[in-house]
Amino acid sequence: MTEIIYPQESGDPIVVNLRDPYWAAFLAWLWPGAGHFYQRRFAKGFLFMICVLSTFFFGLALGNARVVYASLESSDFRWQYFCQLGVGAPALPALAQAIVAEDGKDPMWVMCERYPYFDPEVDPDLASKSFAIVDDPDLIAGVKTYKDGFMAKPAGAISQNENDVLGQWHSELKHRFEIGTLYTVIAGLLNLLAIYDAFAGPAILTPQQKEEMEARRKKKKKKQKTSEDSE
Amino acid sequence: MIPSLIAFSWLLGQADVPRIWYALPLIVVVSLVYGATRHEYLKEIAIHTFRSGVWVVGFMSIIFAIIYVAGFWN
Repeated sequence: MTEIIYPQESGDPIVVNLRDPYWAAFLAWLWPGAGHFYQRRFAKGFLFMICVLSTFFFGLALGNARVVYASLESSDFRWQYFCQLGVGAPALPALAQAIVAEDGKDPMWVMCERYPYFDPEVDPDLASKSFAIVDDPDLIAGVKTYKDGFMAKPAGAISQNENDVLGQWHSELKHRFEIGTLYTVIAGLLNLLAIYDAFAGPAILTPQQKEEMEARRKKKKKKQKTSEDSE
Repeated sequence: MIPSLIAFSWLLGQADVPRIWYALPLIVVVSLVYGATRHEYLKEIAIHTFRSGVWVVGFMSIIFAIIYVAGFWN
Protein backbone atom coordinates (compact mmCIF):
# COMPACT_ATOMS: atom_id res chain seq x y z
CA MET A 1 0.00 0.00 0.00
CA THR A 2 1.40 3.39 -1.02
CA GLU A 3 0.14 6.55 0.59
CA ILE A 4 1.12 10.07 -0.48
CA ILE A 5 0.62 13.05 1.80
CA TYR A 6 0.53 16.52 0.26
CA PRO A 7 1.02 19.22 2.92
CA GLN A 8 -1.18 22.30 2.46
CA GLU A 9 -0.63 25.95 3.39
CA SER A 10 -3.81 25.91 5.44
CA GLY A 11 -6.06 23.09 6.61
CA ASP A 12 -5.54 19.35 6.59
CA PRO A 13 -3.00 17.78 4.23
CA ILE A 14 -4.31 15.90 1.19
CA VAL A 15 -3.84 12.15 1.60
CA VAL A 16 -3.96 9.96 -1.52
CA ASN A 17 -3.96 6.19 -1.07
CA LEU A 18 -2.58 4.60 -4.26
CA ARG A 19 -2.97 1.01 -2.92
CA ASP A 20 -0.88 -1.11 -5.36
CA PRO A 21 0.33 1.52 -7.91
CA TYR A 22 1.41 -1.07 -10.53
CA TRP A 23 -1.95 -2.85 -10.47
CA ALA A 24 -3.75 0.52 -10.49
CA ALA A 25 -1.73 1.66 -13.51
CA PHE A 26 -2.55 -1.58 -15.37
CA LEU A 27 -6.27 -1.21 -14.59
CA ALA A 28 -6.15 2.46 -15.64
CA TRP A 29 -4.73 1.38 -18.99
CA LEU A 30 -7.14 -1.53 -19.45
CA TRP A 31 -10.26 0.61 -18.92
CA PRO A 32 -9.96 4.39 -18.46
CA GLY A 33 -10.86 5.28 -14.87
CA ALA A 34 -10.70 1.69 -13.57
CA GLY A 35 -7.37 2.28 -11.79
CA HIS A 36 -8.90 5.19 -9.85
CA PHE A 37 -11.96 3.11 -8.98
CA TYR A 38 -9.60 0.48 -7.57
CA GLN A 39 -7.95 3.22 -5.48
CA ARG A 40 -11.43 4.36 -4.40
CA ARG A 41 -10.87 7.78 -6.03
CA PHE A 42 -14.32 7.59 -7.60
CA ALA A 43 -14.79 11.24 -8.66
CA LYS A 44 -11.56 11.27 -10.64
CA GLY A 45 -12.28 7.77 -11.97
CA PHE A 46 -15.60 8.94 -13.42
CA LEU A 47 -14.00 12.10 -14.78
CA PHE A 48 -11.24 10.19 -16.60
CA MET A 49 -13.65 7.52 -17.84
CA ILE A 50 -16.14 10.02 -19.27
CA CYS A 51 -13.47 12.27 -20.82
CA VAL A 52 -11.32 9.53 -22.39
CA LEU A 53 -14.09 7.17 -23.53
CA SER A 54 -16.34 9.88 -24.97
CA THR A 55 -13.37 11.31 -26.92
CA PHE A 56 -12.41 7.87 -28.20
CA PHE A 57 -15.91 6.78 -29.25
CA PHE A 58 -16.73 10.18 -30.73
CA GLY A 59 -13.60 9.88 -32.91
CA LEU A 60 -14.44 6.30 -33.79
CA ALA A 61 -17.93 7.38 -34.85
CA LEU A 62 -16.55 10.26 -36.93
CA GLY A 63 -14.45 7.76 -38.84
CA ASN A 64 -17.25 5.17 -39.12
CA ALA A 65 -15.16 2.67 -37.07
CA ARG A 66 -12.38 2.72 -39.69
CA VAL A 67 -9.93 5.10 -38.01
CA VAL A 68 -8.68 2.65 -35.38
CA TYR A 69 -6.79 -0.21 -37.02
CA ALA A 70 -3.42 -1.89 -36.61
CA SER A 71 -1.13 -2.24 -39.59
CA LEU A 72 2.65 -2.58 -39.66
CA GLU A 73 2.92 -2.87 -43.45
CA SER A 74 5.49 -0.54 -44.97
CA SER A 75 2.91 0.86 -47.41
CA ASP A 76 0.49 1.66 -44.59
CA PHE A 77 2.37 1.89 -41.31
CA ARG A 78 -0.33 2.96 -38.86
CA TRP A 79 1.77 4.65 -36.13
CA GLN A 80 -1.36 6.33 -34.80
CA TYR A 81 -2.49 2.97 -33.42
CA PHE A 82 0.33 3.02 -30.85
CA CYS A 83 -1.23 6.21 -29.41
CA GLN A 84 -4.78 4.85 -29.72
CA LEU A 85 -3.70 1.74 -27.80
CA GLY A 86 -3.30 4.00 -24.75
CA VAL A 87 -7.09 3.71 -24.31
CA GLY A 88 -6.67 0.00 -23.51
CA ALA A 89 -9.47 -2.55 -24.05
CA PRO A 90 -11.64 -0.34 -26.34
CA ALA A 91 -8.76 -0.30 -28.89
CA LEU A 92 -7.91 -4.01 -28.61
CA PRO A 93 -10.43 -5.28 -31.25
CA ALA A 94 -8.12 -3.69 -33.83
CA LEU A 95 -5.31 -5.98 -32.68
CA ALA A 96 -7.61 -9.02 -32.95
CA GLN A 97 -8.63 -7.92 -36.45
CA ALA A 98 -4.99 -7.56 -37.51
CA ILE A 99 -4.34 -11.15 -36.43
CA VAL A 100 -7.53 -12.55 -38.02
CA ALA A 101 -7.18 -10.64 -41.30
CA GLU A 102 -3.52 -11.53 -41.77
CA ASP A 103 -2.51 -12.75 -45.27
CA GLY A 104 -5.57 -11.26 -46.96
CA LYS A 105 -8.19 -13.20 -44.98
CA ASP A 106 -11.61 -11.66 -44.32
CA PRO A 107 -11.96 -9.70 -41.06
CA MET A 108 -14.52 -10.33 -38.32
CA TRP A 109 -17.58 -8.08 -37.81
CA VAL A 110 -17.98 -7.17 -41.50
CA MET A 111 -19.68 -3.77 -41.99
CA CYS A 112 -19.84 -3.70 -45.78
CA GLU A 113 -18.48 -5.32 -48.96
CA ARG A 114 -16.63 -3.48 -51.70
CA TYR A 115 -16.21 -4.19 -55.41
CA PRO A 116 -12.81 -5.51 -56.49
CA TYR A 117 -10.54 -3.53 -58.78
CA PHE A 118 -11.88 -3.28 -62.33
CA ASP A 119 -9.26 -2.57 -64.97
CA PRO A 120 -10.45 0.40 -67.11
CA GLU A 121 -8.85 -1.16 -70.19
CA VAL A 122 -10.82 -4.37 -69.70
CA ASP A 123 -14.14 -2.86 -68.63
CA PRO A 124 -14.38 0.98 -68.73
CA ASP A 125 -18.00 0.94 -67.49
CA LEU A 126 -17.16 -0.92 -64.31
CA ALA A 127 -13.88 0.92 -63.62
CA SER A 128 -15.63 3.71 -61.69
CA LYS A 129 -17.05 1.14 -59.30
CA SER A 130 -13.62 -0.11 -58.17
CA PHE A 131 -13.53 -0.29 -54.34
CA ALA A 132 -17.01 1.28 -54.01
CA ILE A 133 -19.57 -0.31 -51.66
CA VAL A 134 -21.43 -3.15 -53.40
CA ASP A 135 -24.85 -1.96 -54.56
CA ASP A 136 -25.50 -4.71 -57.13
CA PRO A 137 -24.56 -8.16 -55.80
CA ASP A 138 -25.36 -9.87 -59.14
CA LEU A 139 -22.54 -7.92 -60.75
CA ILE A 140 -19.89 -9.69 -58.74
CA ALA A 141 -21.39 -13.16 -58.28
CA GLY A 142 -18.58 -15.56 -57.46
CA VAL A 143 -15.92 -12.84 -57.30
CA LYS A 144 -14.00 -12.21 -54.07
CA THR A 145 -14.91 -8.80 -52.67
CA TYR A 146 -13.06 -6.55 -50.23
CA LYS A 147 -14.67 -6.39 -46.81
CA ASP A 148 -14.62 -3.50 -44.32
CA GLY A 149 -14.52 -4.91 -40.79
CA PHE A 150 -15.07 -3.06 -37.51
CA MET A 151 -11.59 -1.70 -36.58
CA ALA A 152 -10.04 -3.80 -39.37
CA LYS A 153 -7.28 -2.53 -41.63
CA PRO A 154 -8.19 -1.68 -45.24
CA ALA A 155 -8.50 -4.86 -47.32
CA GLY A 156 -6.21 -5.51 -50.25
CA ALA A 157 -2.90 -4.00 -51.22
CA ILE A 158 -2.23 -0.36 -50.31
CA SER A 159 -0.48 1.74 -52.92
CA GLN A 160 0.77 5.32 -52.79
CA ASN A 161 0.19 5.81 -56.52
CA GLU A 162 -3.04 4.00 -57.29
CA ASN A 163 -6.51 3.92 -55.79
CA ASP A 164 -7.16 1.37 -53.07
CA VAL A 165 -9.56 0.73 -50.19
CA LEU A 166 -7.75 3.22 -47.91
CA GLY A 167 -8.01 5.89 -50.61
CA GLN A 168 -11.70 5.08 -50.94
CA TRP A 169 -12.17 5.54 -47.17
CA HIS A 170 -10.57 8.99 -47.37
CA SER A 171 -12.75 9.84 -50.36
CA GLU A 172 -15.96 8.72 -48.62
CA LEU A 173 -15.27 10.12 -45.14
CA LYS A 174 -13.48 13.30 -46.28
CA HIS A 175 -12.21 15.39 -43.30
CA ARG A 176 -13.93 13.03 -40.84
CA PHE A 177 -11.21 10.40 -41.34
CA GLU A 178 -8.46 12.73 -40.14
CA ILE A 179 -10.50 14.34 -37.36
CA GLY A 180 -11.64 10.89 -36.16
CA THR A 181 -8.02 9.75 -36.11
CA LEU A 182 -7.04 12.89 -34.18
CA TYR A 183 -9.76 12.36 -31.56
CA THR A 184 -8.87 8.70 -30.98
CA VAL A 185 -5.13 9.48 -30.80
CA ILE A 186 -5.75 12.27 -28.25
CA ALA A 187 -7.99 9.94 -26.20
CA GLY A 188 -5.12 7.42 -26.01
CA LEU A 189 -2.59 10.09 -25.05
CA LEU A 190 -4.90 11.58 -22.41
CA ASN A 191 -5.28 8.15 -20.85
CA LEU A 192 -1.49 8.03 -20.44
CA LEU A 193 -1.86 11.05 -18.14
CA ALA A 194 -4.61 9.21 -16.25
CA ILE A 195 -2.37 6.11 -15.96
CA TYR A 196 0.43 8.24 -14.52
CA ASP A 197 -2.03 9.82 -12.08
CA ALA A 198 -3.10 6.35 -10.92
CA PHE A 199 0.53 5.25 -10.60
CA ALA A 200 2.12 8.26 -8.91
CA GLY A 201 -0.76 10.45 -7.71
CA PRO A 202 -1.58 14.00 -8.80
CA ALA A 203 1.20 16.51 -9.38
CA ILE A 204 0.06 18.84 -6.60
CA LEU A 205 2.50 21.60 -5.75
CA THR A 206 3.64 21.62 -2.13
CA PRO A 207 3.81 25.02 -0.32
CA GLN A 208 7.62 24.81 -0.58
CA GLN A 209 7.46 24.28 -4.37
CA LYS A 210 4.98 27.15 -4.68
CA GLU A 211 7.36 29.41 -2.75
CA GLU A 212 10.28 28.38 -4.95
CA MET A 213 8.22 29.10 -8.09
CA GLU A 214 7.18 32.48 -6.77
CA ALA A 215 10.81 33.35 -5.90
CA ARG A 216 11.95 32.30 -9.41
CA ARG A 217 9.20 34.43 -10.98
CA LYS A 218 10.18 37.47 -8.92
CA LYS A 219 13.86 36.97 -9.80
CA LYS A 220 13.00 36.82 -13.51
CA LYS A 221 10.92 40.01 -13.29
CA LYS A 222 13.73 41.80 -11.46
CA LYS A 223 16.24 40.73 -14.12
CA GLN A 224 13.94 41.98 -16.89
CA LYS A 225 13.50 45.34 -15.13
CA THR A 226 17.24 45.86 -14.68
CA SER A 227 17.94 44.99 -18.32
CA GLU A 228 15.21 47.44 -19.44
CA ASP A 229 16.63 50.19 -17.21
CA SER A 230 20.16 49.67 -18.53
CA GLU A 231 18.89 50.01 -22.12
CA MET B 1 -24.09 4.36 -18.03
CA ILE B 2 -21.21 3.22 -20.27
CA PRO B 3 -23.49 2.03 -23.15
CA SER B 4 -25.37 5.35 -23.07
CA LEU B 5 -22.04 7.23 -23.08
CA ILE B 6 -20.91 5.21 -26.12
CA ALA B 7 -24.28 5.67 -27.86
CA PHE B 8 -24.29 9.43 -27.19
CA SER B 9 -20.71 9.84 -28.45
CA TRP B 10 -21.61 7.75 -31.52
CA LEU B 11 -24.71 9.85 -32.30
CA LEU B 12 -22.75 13.10 -31.90
CA GLY B 13 -20.08 11.70 -34.21
CA GLN B 14 -22.65 11.17 -36.95
CA ALA B 15 -23.76 14.81 -36.90
CA ASP B 16 -22.37 17.08 -39.58
CA VAL B 17 -21.12 20.33 -38.02
CA PRO B 18 -18.77 23.11 -39.19
CA ARG B 19 -15.15 21.96 -38.71
CA ILE B 20 -14.18 24.68 -36.21
CA TRP B 21 -16.58 23.16 -33.65
CA TYR B 22 -14.56 19.94 -33.55
CA ALA B 23 -11.97 21.88 -31.51
CA LEU B 24 -14.40 22.67 -28.68
CA PRO B 25 -14.83 19.16 -27.15
CA LEU B 26 -11.07 18.63 -27.44
CA ILE B 27 -10.29 21.86 -25.54
CA VAL B 28 -12.77 20.90 -22.80
CA VAL B 29 -11.52 17.32 -22.46
CA VAL B 30 -7.80 18.17 -22.59
CA SER B 31 -8.28 20.95 -19.98
CA LEU B 32 -10.29 18.64 -17.72
CA VAL B 33 -7.81 15.75 -17.85
CA TYR B 34 -4.82 18.06 -17.43
CA GLY B 35 -6.51 19.75 -14.46
CA ALA B 36 -7.32 16.36 -12.95
CA THR B 37 -3.66 15.31 -13.06
CA ARG B 38 -2.67 18.42 -11.07
CA HIS B 39 -5.29 18.27 -8.29
CA GLU B 40 -7.22 15.73 -6.25
CA TYR B 41 -10.51 17.49 -5.52
CA LEU B 42 -13.16 18.53 -8.02
CA LYS B 43 -13.34 22.19 -7.01
CA GLU B 44 -9.62 22.73 -7.66
CA ILE B 45 -9.82 20.63 -10.83
CA ALA B 46 -12.66 22.87 -12.11
CA ILE B 47 -10.66 26.05 -11.44
CA HIS B 48 -7.56 24.63 -13.15
CA THR B 49 -9.71 23.41 -16.07
CA PHE B 50 -11.11 26.88 -16.61
CA ARG B 51 -7.63 28.44 -16.53
CA SER B 52 -6.20 25.82 -18.92
CA GLY B 53 -9.18 26.26 -21.25
CA VAL B 54 -8.72 30.03 -21.37
CA TRP B 55 -4.98 29.56 -21.98
CA VAL B 56 -5.59 27.09 -24.85
CA VAL B 57 -8.23 29.32 -26.47
CA GLY B 58 -5.92 32.34 -26.11
CA PHE B 59 -3.01 30.45 -27.64
CA MET B 60 -5.19 29.21 -30.51
CA SER B 61 -6.49 32.75 -31.09
CA ILE B 62 -2.93 34.09 -31.39
CA ILE B 63 -2.04 31.35 -33.91
CA PHE B 64 -5.30 32.08 -35.79
CA ALA B 65 -4.48 35.80 -35.90
CA ILE B 66 -0.95 35.13 -37.21
CA ILE B 67 -2.24 32.81 -39.94
CA TYR B 68 -5.07 35.23 -40.79
CA VAL B 69 -2.70 38.18 -41.12
CA ALA B 70 -0.20 36.06 -43.09
CA GLY B 71 -3.01 35.41 -45.58
CA PHE B 72 -2.90 39.08 -46.68
CA TRP B 73 0.59 38.58 -48.13
CA ASN B 74 -0.79 36.10 -50.66
